Amino acid sequence: MPQNRIGERTILFPHAPGILAAAAVVGPKEGKGPFGQAFDLVIDDPMYGQESYEQAEHAIYREACQRCCQKAGIETRDVQALLGGDLLNQIMAASLAARELEVPFLGLYGACSTMSESLILGAILTDGGYASPVICAAGSHFCTAERQYRFPLEYGGQRSLAAQWTVTGTGACLLSGEAETAMAHITGATIGQVVDMGINDASNMGAAMAPAAANTLLRHFQDTGRTPEDYDKIITGDLGQVGSDLLRELLKESGITLTKEKHLDCGLEIFDPKDDIHAGGSGCGCSASVLASHLLPRIHKGEWQRILFMATGALLSPTTSQQGETIPGVAHAVVIEGGK
Amino acid sequence: MDKNQQTDRKAALEHYAELVHRFTPKSHLAQGCLRAFWVGGSICMLGQAIADVGASWLKLTTTSSLMLASVVLVFLTALLTGIGIFDKIAQYAGAGTVVPITGFANAMVSPAMEFKPEGWVLGTGARLFTIAGPVLVFGISSSVVVGVLYYFIRW
Repeated sequence: MPQNRIGERTILFPHAPGILAAAAVVGPKEGKGPFGQAFDLVIDDPMYGQESYEQAEHAIYREACQRCCQKAGIETRDVQALLGGDLLNQIMAASLAARELEVPFLGLYGACSTMSESLILGAILTDGGYASPVICAAGSHFCTAERQYRFPLEYGGQRSLAAQWTVTGTGACLLSGEAETAMAHITGATIGQVVDMGINDASNMGAAMAPAAANTLLRHFQDTGRTPEDYDKIITGDLGQVGSDLLRELLKESGITLTKEKHLDCGLEIFDPKDDIHAGGSGCGCSASVLASHLLPRIHKGEWQRILFMATGALLSPTTSQQGETIPGVAHAVVIEGGK
Repeated sequence: MDKNQQTDRKAALEHYAELVHRFTPKSHLAQGCLRAFWVGGSICMLGQAIADVGASWLKLTTTSSLMLASVVLVFLTALLTGIGIFDKIAQYAGAGTVVPITGFANAMVSPAMEFKPEGWVLGTGARLFTIAGPVLVFGISSSVVVGVLYYFIRW
C-alpha cells in the first residue's frame, strides 16, 4: 500500500500544502446574496462586456485566477500549473482562460465537484514537490449552463420546485508547498466513487448527488476514524434543499448524525433567500466562489479550525439523459485546516 | 452481480426512490391550474377581442380577422420575449402561456435569440426549430392521419 494513505479511499498530505490566497468573481444575482461584500468582484452585467456568454464566462474565469495571484503577491507567469474546469462542452471557459494566462494547464471535468477535484490534485502536486504554486479553479455561468443543459434563456418554461439555479462565478485558490503565510492548509482528502441511485430527473440534481455525498462522507469517517464532531463544519457543494435533506437522512440510516447546524450547503447559502431560485444554487462556480469568499476567510480568522469541503457533482449529459440514462453522482471531500 | 445482489440493489433503489419522493417539494396543482386558467383565459379573450375589432371596425372577413388575432398575439409574444419579460410571465402562468399561440411564438423566438452568436446560418437558422420542431412534426403528421381518416369516414 502506498504511503500517505489511510483506510481504503483517503489520502493524507504530510506537508499540509497551504492555500496562500483565494479569489471569487461572481455575477449580479450572486452579488445580491449574503456574501455580496465578500466577493472580490461582482460584475453588474452577465455579459461582462463580451460578445457572448461563453466569452463572458472565460473572462470571469481569467479574472478570478489573476486576482488570486495578485492577492498572494505572485506573478501569474510564476504559476507552475492551473488545474481547473467548468461546465461547458470541452471545458472551454477554463481552456480559453488558460490560453490567456499562459501557464501550464491541466483541464478537469467533475461537473459541480470540480473544485474539490482540483484542490485534491493541486495538493498532491504541491505536497509531492512537483509544482508550486498552482492555481485550483472552477467556474460556471447561468446563461451558458441553461443553454448547455436546458432551454434557451428566454424560453417560457416553468421550472420545477426541485430545480436549482446555476451560479455565475468563478472561485480560484492558489496552493503552495511553502506554506508559512497560508490562510489555510489542506491536510487530507477522500476521493469519491461514482454512485447512481436511479434518478433520471435532470431537474432534481440534489437527489442525484446526495447518495454520492453520503458514500464519500461515510468512507471518510470510516477511513479516518473521525466523526462530524471532529469538524467545525461539513460543507457540501450544491445539494440544495432536496439533496441536503436526503444526505442527512441517508447518513442517519447509516448511524451518523449530521445536524443542520454542522452542515452547510453552498447552494443553499449563496443566493438571497428572497430570490425565487427554488431548491438553491448549483454549478461548479457555486462551491468554488463560496470557498474563496466565505469559507477560507473564516478559517483564516480562526473562527473555524477544521472543515470538510465536499463539492458534489451530477455527471449528466443532455444526450444520455434524453436516451433515458440515469444520473451518476460524485463527491470528493477535502480536509481544510487552520494554522499548522 | 449475482441474484442476491440484484435483489439488494433493487430494494435499495426502491427505498431511495421513496425517500426522494418524500423530500422533493410537490408542485401546487390547484394554484397552478388557477394561474394557467386566468392567464390562458385572458390571452384567449384578448385574441377574441382583436378578432372582433378586425371584424366590426376594420370590416375584415372572419378568416382575416382570426388571422389578425394570431398575428397580433405572435407579435406581442415576440416583443415580450425579446425584451426579456415573457419568461417571467411564463414562470408564473405555466400552461397558461404555453398552450395558446403565445407558447409557439416564444418557442421560435427564444432559440433565434439564443443561438445568434453562432451565426445566422449555423446558429439561428439551424437551431430555430429546436423546441418548436417536434410540435410541427407531430402536429402536421397527426393532421395528415386525421385527413386520411376523414376522407374514408365522413362524419
